[in-house]
Amino acid sequence: MRTVLVLFAHPAFHRSRANRAMADAVRDLDGVTFHDLYETYPDGFIDVAHEQGLVLQHDALVLQHPFYWYSTPALLKEWQDLVLEHGWAYGEGGVALRGKDWMHALTAGGSEDSYRAEGANKLAVEALLAPLRATADLCGMRWHAPYAVFASRLKSDSELHTAAAAYRARILALQRHAQD
Amino acid sequence: MPHDLPFVEAFAFLAAAVIAVPIAKRIGLGSVLGYLIAGAILGPFGLKLFGDPENMMHVAEFGVVIMLFLIGLELRPELLWRMRDSILGLGGFQVLLTGLALAGAAMALGAEWRMALAVGFILALSSTAIVMQSLRERGLAATDPGRSAFAVLLFQDIAVIPMLALFPLLAMAPAGGEGEAHGVAALPAWAQALAVLGAVGGIVLAGRFLLRPVFRYIARAGMQEIFTAFALAIVVGVALLMQVVGLSPALGAFVAGVVLADSEYRHELESDIEPFRGLLLGLFFVSVGAAIDFAMILAQPLFILGLVVGLICIKAAVLFLLARGFKRPAADASLVALSLAQGGEFAFVLFAFAQSQNVVTGAFADPLIAAVALSMALTPLLLIVGERISTRLSTSAQRATPDALDIDQPHAIIAGFGRFGQIPHRLLKANGFRTSVLEHNAEQVELARGFGHRANYGDASRLDLLRAAGAADAQLLVIAVNDAEKATEIVEISRKHFPNLKVIARAFDRLHYYDLMDKGVDAAERETFEGGLRLGVKALRALGYGAHQAERAGRLFRRHDERQLEEMRAHWAAGEFETYRSAVTARQTMLEEALQRDLASQGVTRGDEAWDTESLDEEAKRRA
Repeated sequence: MRTVLVLFAHPAFHRSRANRAMADAVRDLDGVTFHDLYETYPDGFIDVAHEQGLVLQHDALVLQHPFYWYSTPALLKEWQDLVLEHGWAYGEGGVALRGKDWMHALTAGGSEDSYRAEGANKLAVEALLAPLRATADLCGMRWHAPYAVFASRLKSDSELHTAAAAYRARILALQRHAQD
Repeated sequence: MPHDLPFVEAFAFLAAAVIAVPIAKRIGLGSVLGYLIAGAILGPFGLKLFGDPENMMHVAEFGVVIMLFLIGLELRPELLWRMRDSILGLGGFQVLLTGLALAGAAMALGAEWRMALAVGFILALSSTAIVMQSLRERGLAATDPGRSAFAVLLFQDIAVIPMLALFPLLAMAPAGGEGEAHGVAALPAWAQALAVLGAVGGIVLAGRFLLRPVFRYIARAGMQEIFTAFALAIVVGVALLMQVVGLSPALGAFVAGVVLADSEYRHELESDIEPFRGLLLGLFFVSVGAAIDFAMILAQPLFILGLVVGLICIKAAVLFLLARGFKRPAADASLVALSLAQGGEFAFVLFAFAQSQNVVTGAFADPLIAAVALSMALTPLLLIVGERISTRLSTSAQRATPDALDIDQPHAIIAGFGRFGQIPHRLLKANGFRTSVLEHNAEQVELARGFGHRANYGDASRLDLLRAAGAADAQLLVIAVNDAEKATEIVEISRKHFPNLKVIARAFDRLHYYDLMDKGVDAAERETFEGGLRLGVKALRALGYGAHQAERAGRLFRRHDERQLEEMRAHWAAGEFETYRSAVTARQTMLEEALQRDLASQGVTRGDEAWDTESLDEEAKRRA
């Protein structure tokens, strides 16, 4: 069974019903470490050595976050900037992440239809995630299709419950995923 | 049993209280019933240890006075103003309708209409002392039904005054002996009214303007017992003044309490007087128990029992319908109705007065007095029944709002309101949390009040004051006093007596920090650390660092220092100051060397490598 590090980033977690439901659905799973970045670093001062240690202990990274401006919240971007160091994650001698998995679990306010060529956002979620996919590629990691909850603000509690259960199933599948 | 030793009665009272009250509480009946039973056993129909229960009641009534003073202290004027609908509406209609209903019942029992009217209104009154004490003990005093019950009781206490004035008009024959008219009562009516207004106005004015400087003067002297003496003197003085102008002493004490409820000395007053209230009220309940005339009850048991049941049923029915009419939920209405269904202590006074005025005959009054005493004794049991019914009703219909009136309950208590304490205080207030502030320096309190902060005078290391400030129900205690030893002391007291209260504290220095953590605070903050660090960051900027660079250097320093603080705790706990000191020095040197090394090699502080790395530059050059 592959171990999973959920890198969770939401600067206003107390207001997010969707992320609350999703977090509750996966944080108790065996082999899953739920790591709340805004809770750990309220002053934004990331401990790089500590984060690199955590990453090394796990086989897969799941970035759970709201889809702010088609990307991650600022602290999760800072995490990428600082933790994925040259010579560690990429470049000469940068092999620490090779063979690990990379998956996004994100919540979007817009509907699924809005993420189509004819929709308001013009592009699909996976297409918009191109810079992150390139990052994973450069680090030698395996990209998995993102899990997205659309129209997150309009969903009823029971709909969110269903979505969270589906998220849990995706994580379980990721854990069973056989290594090449 | 005649005896000359006053100690016999005192000892009998104390011993009975010590034996009966804990037993009554243990089996869930509440202290009031314990006192009443003790009184019945010790009284003239039991062991005959008390000579004259009526005499004792006079002393004990002071307990009721103190209780109303304390109730007043908890009711700030605006809270009282918000209760005006309940007091005038619910209270007014209760006295009127219950009075008329009971008058009807009295006529059915053969009373002449004027006598029936007097009897009806006397019996309409309930027992403030028993009801409030029982509600408080069951934790119901600050709930919606508790406040409704109190509103009705307050109106009843006021209604006693016009009753005393109007009863002579109901006289069936001219009063035999007018009684010796003394003091103000001898004056013409307009002068009496003037005296009453003057007395109440005097209490309000003195409370607002005169007492504060006196309190401050005494607080500066720092003598606890003088403060207590002064507090008692206020209550006794007000009671005396009220008696002179012919008002109820309890009502006067209530007014004085309300006037002082806004004052910064409120918690101190409460804590100092509280112990007197408990014992004197106990004495009062004992005397009520002793006054139950068992001879009469045994002579005609069914008749008296019928009176008691009739009284309780009529009062409860009228109150329940009224409370429903005033849109109280059924659960609350049933609790209010059952809690107020007894006769009151004023009935004893008013029956005696009515007999002296020839309004009520002794033959008619005596069984009623016995019935009132019995109904008072039944109150704690009725309240238990009321609570059962109330919870059953409320689970089926889901309580609407928890408690709209309960606005005074603080979320957090701030101990110490100097330069330090006001910062967390303001932050909590700005985020909508209610705070209760304790400060032991009278001048500081005044200063804070001048800036509109509701600070209270008092020493937070006193258990009773912490309790008065709301420690039993608050979520958090913030200790911000400027005295390290005092802070530790407050931690110990609060941990011991309020285990559910979270405690965070201002630490004087590292060693004090360890001490506090050891004593079980949830968090502590070294008082100079953040300020010193911020100034250090400004120093880096002044020496040429960019804002972000200086900020991150400061955060890195904070992270290392806080980790070191925790690591060194083990050395401190070992108790060897010398090893602790050398460990700290070694660790600090290490940290500084590490910081310098990073600076020398990269020109950036650790943690920032990925933003601008030499290794990337070199690899890029090689590939080019």
